[in-house]
This record gives sequence, structure tokens and C-alpha cells, in this order.
Amino acid sequence: MHEAYVAISIIWLFLFLYAIGGAIDFGAGFWAMYYYERKDTTAANFANLYLSPSWEVTNVFLVLFVVALAGFFPGAAFALGSLMIVPVSLVLILLTIRSAFMVYSYSVQKYTKLLRYISGITGLLIPALMLTVLPIIIGGFIEIVGNRHYILFDKVLTSPTVYAHIGFGLSSQLFLSSLFLSDYAREANSNKTYEEYRGKAIMFGPIMLSFAVAATLTLMPEAMWMVENMARQWELFALSMFAFSIGYSALFWPSKKVRIGQPRVAVILIIVQYALASFAYGWAHMPYIVYPELTIFEGLTNLAMYQSLLWGYIVMMAILIPLFIWFWRLFLKDKRYITSEK
Amino acid sequence: MDNVILARTLFGSSLAFHIIFATLGVGLTFMILIAELVRLFTKDEDYAILAKRWTKGVAILLGVAIPSGTIVGVMMSLTFPGFIEVVGQVIALPFAIEIFAFFVEAVFLSIYIYAANRLSSTMRIISVFFVALGATASAVLITNVQSWMNTPRGFDMIDGQITNVQPWQAVLNPAFSYTAVHVVSSAYLTTAFVVISVGAYRLLRGNLSAREVSYYRKGLMLALIIGAATAIWTGSTGHKAAVGLHHYVPVKLAAAEGLFETQSHAPLAIMGTPDPEANRVVGGIEIPGMLSWLATGSTDGVVIGLNEFPREDWPPLFVHTLFNVMVGIGTLLVALSVGALLWRFIFKKNPYPNWLLLALVPSGAFALIGMETGWIFACIGRQPWTIMNIQRTADAATASGNLGFIFVLFISLYLLLLVLTALVMRFYFQRNPLNNEFQMTTSV
Repeated sequence: MHEAYVAISIIWLFLFLYAIGGAIDFGAGFWAMYYYERKDTTAANFANLYLSPSWEVTNVFLVLFVVALAGFFPGAAFALGSLMIVPVSLVLILLTIRSAFMVYSYSVQKYTKLLRYISGITGLLIPALMLTVLPIIIGGFIEIVGNRHYILFDKVLTSPTVYAHIGFGLSSQLFLSSLFLSDYAREANSNKTYEEYRGKAIMFGPIMLSFAVAATLTLMPEAMWMVENMARQWELFALSMFAFSIGYSALFWPSKKVRIGQPRVAVILIIVQYALASFAYGWAHMPYIVYPELTIFEGLTNLAMYQSLLWGYIVMMAILIPLFIWFWRLFLKDKRYITSEK
Repeated sequence: MDNVILARTLFGSSLAFHIIFATLGVGLTFMILIAELVRLFTKDEDYAILAKRWTKGVAILLGVAIPSGTIVGVMMSLTFPGFIEVVGQVIALPFAIEIFAFFVEAVFLSIYIYAANRLSSTMRIISVFFVALGATASAVLITNVQSWMNTPRGFDMIDGQITNVQPWQAVLNPAFSYTAVHVVSSAYLTTAFVVISVGAYRLLRGNLSAREVSYYRKGLMLALIIGAATAIWTGSTGHKAAVGLHHYVPVKLAAAEGLFETQSHAPLAIMGTPDPEANRVVGGIEIPGMLSWLATGSTDGVVIGLNEFPREDWPPLFVHTLFNVMVGIGTLLVALSVGALLWRFIFKKNPYPNWLLLALVPSGAFALIGMETGWIFACIGRQPWTIMNIQRTADAATASGNLGFIFVLFISLYLLLLVLTALVMRFYFQRNPLNNEFQMTTSV
């Protein structure tokens, strides 16, 4: 396999890990706000119980993605840097407000409500804004004058596919986070909270799927080549759809521990669904990073750096994985922690 | 403003903002480790309270340090895409390894904060050790890139094309060892003095119970010992850094010292203004032979002056002032902390008289200014180059428009967060007074 494909697969993996982690993270922040004043449920507590130890680790995955992209594909960093300065700056500002206000809200009880609303809403907007980058880099929204790139903001703001992508970002994070938190609540034997989040997951699953389809269909006028490439990956998309159907139905399977549903099965299969779909999407994207300007072959770093980075990441992951497993046990399995805020 | 200036100002202010939080994060985790160790050996619960309250401080600081670090990392690609293109080819390794350090720090910090009561005391100290190690390692690794920018190695530039890349040779560039220890020692130093400031302020304000006075005195003492040790250490690493400049980046040393003519017995000019017409520093104090002695170890040593370099390659001459402010503050802090310790051990009855506390209160602000001027000197002293003798800053900057608007957004954000973080800290520690902690430890 060509080095560029190995490198872009690693980038895909890091992006995928952050997409799932980030969606759960920002979604949980939203639920912590949504349930804040509800006295009848502990749903907000569970969201915070998950968020407090994990948000920093999740954020490192974002930095991991950015750094790996700039390392393996310096050419892409150059092109995306000039092109994406406005949307990326907005994401960064939102991200900063979100993290800072979330930490403030844990420290200043008097203003918790206001601070949590600010962090909840800014957090909700982040994945939505990040998703707008996807249609922008595959074509139709960029004009090149001389050697300067311009995003055509008027076109972006009036494009249906951009809004479909925003909708997909919003519904994905709400679906993934409520699904994940329902499993978290079940792990802590909190049946009421489980039911609460299960209800939200049941609601947002089909909404997410509709936005995914809408985002693809509305791409046609902007980037027909992409849709055609995606059609060629129909097996993977079909498998992804299959994983979703089984995973979603698992929420209705009988169970011995809770009234109804097998949330752990659902979580695993839905992650498989996202993995398959995002891999198929990424494959259809190839060989372009920014269409039609930059391919992975032009953007790749030199061979020596490629090899050092590859080995660096392999060694790093080998050391980190046991650490992550320990982390998981301490904060997502240990009953002493997950039942501490009931 | 033209785009290059705007890109530099935007990125520079982002860094200046981030390093306040990053430096304190690196320093405080180190001090928490020390407090935990002291507690282990003395069995004095006050040190556990110190560690606990500093940990809360770290948690609040990280709420800003982590996203602002993300901003800096991403913004480097946005404002200096030309630089990142070279970085990705030659010096991507420290960035990649730094992520590893981030993960170690983030994972162990959560464990230390949220799982402490479920861990054995050994495991807790191991956790906080890894937090401090991860924080310090990330400072070392990011400094690695900055040292490479001063002494770029590990590649050949032929007709604007990068070839023959050797990633590890780039990492092990000659400026790395001396800049990294200087950055780490000064981060510890800055934090120790910020803690000294807070402790001195509390003791000075009075209205404390005997128990509280004893607690604050312990904290102040610990910070003073760390402060004095790191201040002396920073002086020695700073000296090594100056010698390193003499060997590898002579133009930077010449600008820092305002030296125009290459000469032996070069004088050390303190303050004053470098004047290229007069070929010397005007209005400063000159110590004959001192610069030669500092840079080469002998007053006979030859120090290279600015006139050896083409005028368009000179850094702005005001870096002389930045350099002097940094060195001056460093010297002042050594005197303050060593003096306070001497007083403490000679006059045991009244260890911290009010005049001494009053002198210590502003030391944290001085330390922060010294840290900032040091970094600004390190970056402006490298101008007009982004990568010394390889890439000019003007060639690395983005060509994108819209920078002015983004600049205003980010600056407003930074100002807002500076004010809010200070308020949140104040609010938190007022609402959770020491007495609560004392009661908790006695009731356990």
C-alpha cells in the first residue's frame, strides 16, 4: 500500500476517535444543561459525572488529529490553514468558551446555571460548525484568484447541503451522547436515568439517519463526483445501515437487568455504524484532501519523517492503550465512582 | 496594518496569553508533587490541604490552558502556514510526542482529582508524579521546536526544496538542551513566586486564626524554598543559554546586549538604548570586559557584534530592553527569596515581618513579567527569521484576508477569560475557606 494511504488511514482513525468522543462530550455538556433544573431525574448528574474526568482527554484527541494531519500532510495544513481560517477560528473560540465556562461552572456555585447554559450551548454548536468543513473542502465553495483561496460565504450560507450537514452534526451528538449516557446509567443501576436517556436516543436515532441521507443527497448539485464515489462504496454503507438497524433495535430487546433494551449492544453497534460510514465516506473522498486542489500524494511529508511518525504513533498507542483501559475502569465501570452522585 | 504584522500580533498575543496558564500549570503540578512528598515524610496534613487547594487551582487554570493551547496549535497552521509546511517536513516529531505527554497529564490528572480516594497513597503520589512529568515534558517538547527554529538542523535546503531529512537530528539541535532547562526552571520559578505572592498577601492582610497563620507560613516557606532554588537554577540555565547564543546564534546575543563591534574585552551594557549611529549603547551602565567573560569565560574572549551581519538580518534593537528586564527581574527574585530565607533562619521569632511580606507581595507579578519578556525576547530576537537563516517570517505568514476581524475576536476573548478566571479563583477560594478544610481533615 502506498504510504499516503497508510498515513490517511491513521488520520481517519484519529478523526473517527475524536468524532465519537467529541460528540459524546459536547452532547453530554448539552444534557447537563438541559436537565440542570429538573429535580425529578439525576440525568444532569450523570452527564457531569462522565464529563468531569473525561473532557480533557477528549480534547487531546482533537489536538492529536490536528498534529497528526500537520505532521503527515504538511501540504494539507498549508491549504486548509489559508482556506479555513474563519470557520476554524470560530470553532476555536467556541471551544475555549465552552471548556472555560464548564470548568467555571464547577467552581462557582452561585452562577452555575448561567455558566452551564453558556457552556452547553457553545458546546452544542461546535460539532455543527465542524461539520460544515466537510462540504466546503469537497468542492463548489472555493474560488481561486491567482494563488489565493477564498471561501464563497454567500454560497455557503445559502446552500442546503451545509444546513443538512449542520443538522447531521447536531443530531449525531445528541443521539450518540444520549445512547452512551443511557448505557452509563444502566452500568450504575440507575433505571430512571437510563429510561430518560434511552427515550432521547430513540428519538434522535431516526432524526440523525434522516439528516445523514439528506446531507448526502443535497451534495449532488455541489459535488456530484463525491456522491458517485460514495455510490461505489454502497456495500460499506449498506453494512453501516445494517449495524444501525440492529443497534437501534437493541434498545427494544428484552433484558434481565433493566425493563427493556440492551444499551451496551446498541452503543457498540452504533459505533460500528459510524466507523463503517465514515470509512466509506473517507474512501470516496480519496485521493483528494481539498477537491480538486490537493491530493494525499501531493500533501504527504517526506519518507524519513513518515517513518519516524509512524513508529512514534505505534509506540505511543501501545503505551497509551493500557492507560486508557485503566481510565475506563476507574470512571466508567467502578461502582464507587459511578454511583457517587446519586 | 499589513498582513504579516497582523498575523504576528495575532499569534504572538495568543501565545502570550496561553503561556500564563501553561507556565502556571507546569509549575503548580510540580509544586503539588513536592507538597505530597513533604506530607508523606512529615505526616503533616497541612501539606495535603496545600496540595488539594493547588490542585483546584490547576483544575481551573486548565479550563483555559487546554483550549488556549489548542488555539495556539491550530492557529500556527492558520497564521503561519508556510512555517507549518516546513515543520511537517522536518520537526514534526516533538509535536507528535507532545501529544503523548498531554495524554499522560490529562489521564493522570483526572485520576489524581477524581479517583484519589480509591487509590493507595503510593498510587496517588505516582499519579501526581505522572501529572507533573506530563506537564513538564510537554513544555520541554514544545521548546524543542522553538530551539530548532533558532538552530535548525536535520535537513538540507537546496533551491527552496527540503531534502535529506533526518528527524532525530532535527530534534537534537544544539539549542535544545539549554533552552529546555531554562524554560522548565523558569516555569517552576514563576509559579513559586505567584504562590509566594498569594501567601504573603494573606498573611499581610491578617485577621487569621493561629491555625491559618501556621498553614500560610508553611505554604509560604515551601514556596520560598522552591522559589530560591529555582531562581538560582534559572540564573545558571540562563547563563548557559547566553553561552549557547554566543556559539550558535551570535546575532541574537549581539542584539540582546546591544553590541555593535566585534571585540575582545566586550563590555556588558545594562539598560540604555542601542544606537546604531553611535555604534554603542547610549545611556546605559557599562561593565568593562564583563560580556566577554560571561559569554566565553575570559575577558579576552571575542564576542561577535551586530556589524558582522547585514542590516536587514538584525533583530529589532529594543530586544536589549526586553533582555535586561528579564535578567533584572531574575536577579531581583534571587535576592528576594534568598534574603527572605536568610531572615527566616536568623530571626526565628518573627519570621515574616510586615515589611518583608510587603516586599514579597508583588514578586509573583514580577515573575510573570520576567517570564513574558523572556519569551518575547526569544521570539522577537529571532526576527526577521521564523526559521533562523532559512525562512523569513514574512514568507511564512498567511495570505488570507479577514485577519483583522479574527484578531479583534480573539483579543476580546483573551481579555474576558483573564478577568473571569481571576474572578472564579477568588470566588472559589472565598467560598471554600481554609476552615472548611481543617474541619474536614480533623473529622476524618
